[in-house]
Amino acid sequence: MTLTAETSRTARPWRERLLSGGSWTVLALLVLILAVIVVINPSFAEPMSLMAFAKKTAPLVVLAVGQYFVIVSGEFDLSVGSLVGAQVVIAARLMDGDEALTWPVLGLMLVFGLLVGLVNGLVTTLLRVPSFITTLGMMLVLFGAIRLWTGGAPTGALSESFRVLGRKGFPDVPGQFQVPYALLVALVVVGLAVVLMRRPFGRSLVAAGDNAVAVAYSGASVWWLRTRAFLLSSFLATVAAVLIGGFAGVTAQVGQGLEFMAITAVVLGGVALGGGRGTVIAAMVGALTLEALFTLFNQLALPSTVRPAVQGVILIAAVAYAARRRRT
Amino acid sequence: MRSIRVLLASAAAGTLLLLTACVTETPTEQPPGAEPSVAEETPDDSGAESEWFVQADYDRELAQRDVAPEGPADEPWLQAIEPEYVDTADLASEGGDKTLCFSNASVSNPWRVTGWITMQQQVEVLQEEGVIGEFRVSDAADDDNKQISDIQAFVEAGDCDAIIISPSTTATLTPAVEAACESGTPVIVFDRGVNTDCMVTFIHPIGGYAYGAVGAEFLVENLDPGSTVLALRILPGVDVLEHRWAAADKVFSESEIEVVGVEFTGGDGAKIKDLVTQYLQRGEVDGIWMDAGDGAVAAVEAFEDAGQPYPVFVGEDEMSFLRKWDETGMTAIGNVYSNFQWRTPILAAQMIWAGEEVPSEWVLPQEPVAEEDLAEFLDANADMPSLHYAKFGGEDLPGYPEAWTDR
Amino acid sequence: MTRRYHLGSTEIVYLALAGILLVAGVLVAVRGGNLFAQQNVSYMLTQTSLLGFVAIGQTLVVLCRSLDLSVGYVVALCSLVGATTMAGDPSRVWLGVVAALAVAAGVGLVNGLVISGLRVNPFIATLGTGLIIKGFLDTRFKGPEGEVPFGFQTFGYTRIGPVPVSTVVMLLVAAAVFVLLTRTRPGYHMFAVGGNLDVARLSGVRTGRVLVLAHVLCSLCAGVAGLLIAARFGTGNALVYSYGLDLDSIAAVVLGGTLLFGGRGSVVGTVGGVAILAVLDTAFNVLDVNPFFKDVLRGVIIIAAVALYARRQLDPASRRARFTTGGGDAA
Repeated sequence: MTLTAETSRTARPWRERLLSGGSWTVLALLVLILAVIVVINPSFAEPMSLMAFAKKTAPLVVLAVGQYFVIVSGEFDLSVGSLVGAQVVIAARLMDGDEALTWPVLGLMLVFGLLVGLVNGLVTTLLRVPSFITTLGMMLVLFGAIRLWTGGAPTGALSESFRVLGRKGFPDVPGQFQVPYALLVALVVVGLAVVLMRRPFGRSLVAAGDNAVAVAYSGASVWWLRTRAFLLSSFLATVAAVLIGGFAGVTAQVGQGLEFMAITAVVLGGVALGGGRGTVIAAMVGALTLEALFTLFNQLALPSTVRPAVQGVILIAAVAYAARRRRT
Repeated sequence: MRSIRVLLASAAAGTLLLLTACVTETPTEQPPGAEPSVAEETPDDSGAESEWFVQADYDRELAQRDVAPEGPADEPWLQAIEPEYVDTADLASEGGDKTLCFSNASVSNPWRVTGWITMQQQVEVLQEEGVIGEFRVSDAADDDNKQISDIQAFVEAGDCDAIIISPSTTATLTPAVEAACESGTPVIVFDRGVNTDCMVTFIHPIGGYAYGAVGAEFLVENLDPGSTVLALRILPGVDVLEHRWAAADKVFSESEIEVVGVEFTGGDGAKIKDLVTQYLQRGEVDGIWMDAGDGAVAAVEAFEDAGQPYPVFVGEDEMSFLRKWDETGMTAIGNVYSNFQWRTPILAAQMIWAGEEVPSEWVLPQEPVAEEDLAEFLDANADMPSLHYAKFGGEDLPGYPEAWTDR
Repeated sequence: MTRRYHLGSTEIVYLALAGILLVAGVLVAVRGGNLFAQQNVSYMLTQTSLLGFVAIGQTLVVLCRSLDLSVGYVVALCSLVGATTMAGDPSRVWLGVVAALAVAAGVGLVNGLVISGLRVNPFIATLGTGLIIKGFLDTRFKGPEGEVPFGFQTFGYTRIGPVPVSTVVMLLVAAAVFVLLTRTRPGYHMFAVGGNLDVARLSGVRTGRVLVLAHVLCSLCAGVAGLLIAARFGTGNALVYSYGLDLDSIAAVVLGGTLLFGGRGSVVGTVGGVAILAVLDTAFNVLDVNPFFKDVLRGVIIIAAVALYARRQLDPASRRARFTTGGGDAA
């Protein structure tokens, strides 16, 4: 795996590149956590368990990739959790279990997602509202509007065909080994994101996060770059909504807190808040690490109430360790 | 440079440790005579020893399940278990068009949303009868501090003819409720309680211990000794939910059932499904106990997707679960925390204004949906949305069924 | 970048506050109510105090180009430490206050050291300490605990006319922070650190110390908010952490005209920002706005208000400073 391939704005030796970012640390952490899980419970290494892990991790990976685009360009997107919730509730209410409506509703969700991204992007870039505030406001608006529309609790149901992507796999026999469609979706998303970051758009995006003024002098329009990052983030939140809604159906709490999970995953992967540094793959590894950590807590039968504390310590320790590597 | 950082890191870690140790010690410094705080450091302690467990309350609630309630059988929201009536003649007032004030904790979950619709429908009936003029509502969005201000504002406005309070947390709202009582306005508390008995009436279903025990007993009866049960809880630190678990834990600890895990889910379907899937990978799960039904369907689906037989399941009277139960034919029970209690405070206000006596503690019946009742409830609520509660008790209100179906 | 500029943006905040008061007052009057009736004014002021304390502290760290997501957990922790230490005994009130503030200062110290010493991004550092505190609270406290003696409850309930004592205390804290920022060396240094960390360091500012000081003061303010909670509840409650004080306080700070990326802002503006949110809350309450619609309006108004002054605030010359590399947080 070429871990930091697309950061190579300057050609540095691969060893230095591997050691330069926080990504190396987080990859080591991921391997360590997985190893501990396997030692505790060897059945985790069985294909079926791994596929179940992949299925449940896929939405966070997709969200983290979306968040990566925004963060690397120097912004935040706090609205993704609310957007995931909104999209699932919209889908359930509009299709109400009717298979024939699956595709039209998916199309509508796509339009809605892009609209949210466009508003986030334009308010941040053209009205110059800090993205923290723009997307915080958007989070409140989506949270309230969707409940206003449904009278406080979701109504309707998702059609079976809508749920296939998040719930089913290939071959479709419950209880047998299967490759979840969610895994394929996540792989496609990550693959396309890697390609995109190697293209001029990706390079300019990272540059905009590093030094917006220099990019502006070079003739690129920074506002359109960042707006596209927000569009990508909202689009991928919509994809994640399809996966999460498919995985578990519609509940009142769907999507809550995912924005912090996604940002944490990205930062854990060594992507710098404030922009200009980090890779898509690193964001993905961050998401995997975070989910692996939750799996580890579960395998250790760690009391539920203690888990946040351990998570906090590991987060700080991992990021501090990565910062140490980078500076010395 | 490196050594400085190592030093700093260890200093920070040390401070952290010290801090934790320091705080843990504080409660033990309490003088004798203060409320004894049972320092339970192990969270997986048995419910029977947890600080939430009060044996007397547990015994009373379990006994109340078998007491026939007084009152009209077809209107359970007016029934009361072992009522002790208080005279309200001195609170009676002439005329109609009263101003009724309601401080609501929140409408942040489907159970509260359903109840809130029922309450509004009941208010409309009384408004048309001319009993209630204005119905003034403050919603605290689960913020105790805001709810205290809300109650204070009602008291100071001085024109409420009765104040209904659905507290967001038991202990914290006590001072505010006491202040409301002192103002002389009749105060009605329902759902969660407060640590005072100054209100005219406190309306609630039997309670959390009964709720928790019903489900646990069902599992004990329907599972073989040595079976495994996974407990799914919403959040820690909420008294009504802690009571449910404390009772269930006591029942489990006195049985041959093995509790393989206690997990907090936040009621989020994705988290529930993931957790159940993980437990299924590690071993068999024969039963699921939930402290509230949100996301129950996701837990059932986890068994389906893993190709495992259905567990014995303790859910709630939420329609999505009842429908899934019917569809799968599994062995299950629909626990009930009587949603119809949202009607009672409005009717209690009317009774108080009329000088009729009301129970000082108005204990409403709380009866789970058993397999033999399932068809009836499914039929009665066929048009209701999936996150509706079967025992909402609003079938005879004029807004039925549109008010609940078309939100 | 001159001091006149700060006054300028603070003025806009208060103009926005006046505008919102006017619109809300008219809307309430149309519905036959009075926004300025005694109970509504008291409500408004009471709502300002809790968020006020937290936001004043948050201003200091935001000025230093940091932020604190652990404040909600600190408030909850301190309400419990205060209430359990007091244990209903009037003679232990001072002990409870000191214990709560000491714990708060300790958390701030950890935050500050982790950010400046270990170079952990403030977002992750304070999210992490917040999670650690959450784990402790959830494990140790299964609900409200401790008892606040009646004497101390007056901090939460007593009023001078329509003005709650807690609001007066909040304004005194704001005044103290105002003096700190405008009249003292550590205050100037905070602006310098937030403006440009490297320049500040090169000009001899001990940037680490400044950051730690800001975080300790921020947590102390949250500690006072925790004591206020304890006084109002008569007990401590862990679930206070779910009230959203973290994001609300940052919103209030930015509403108050402080730049989220440090270096510019004022505590007077923050008090204005808190007041704007309190006026909205009160007006929504009096107008009986649907609780979900409240969220929508809050979101729109926060964005709109910040957009209003973001345009005037960001002169082209200062934009450059938004994301320079090399700052502790950009590492």
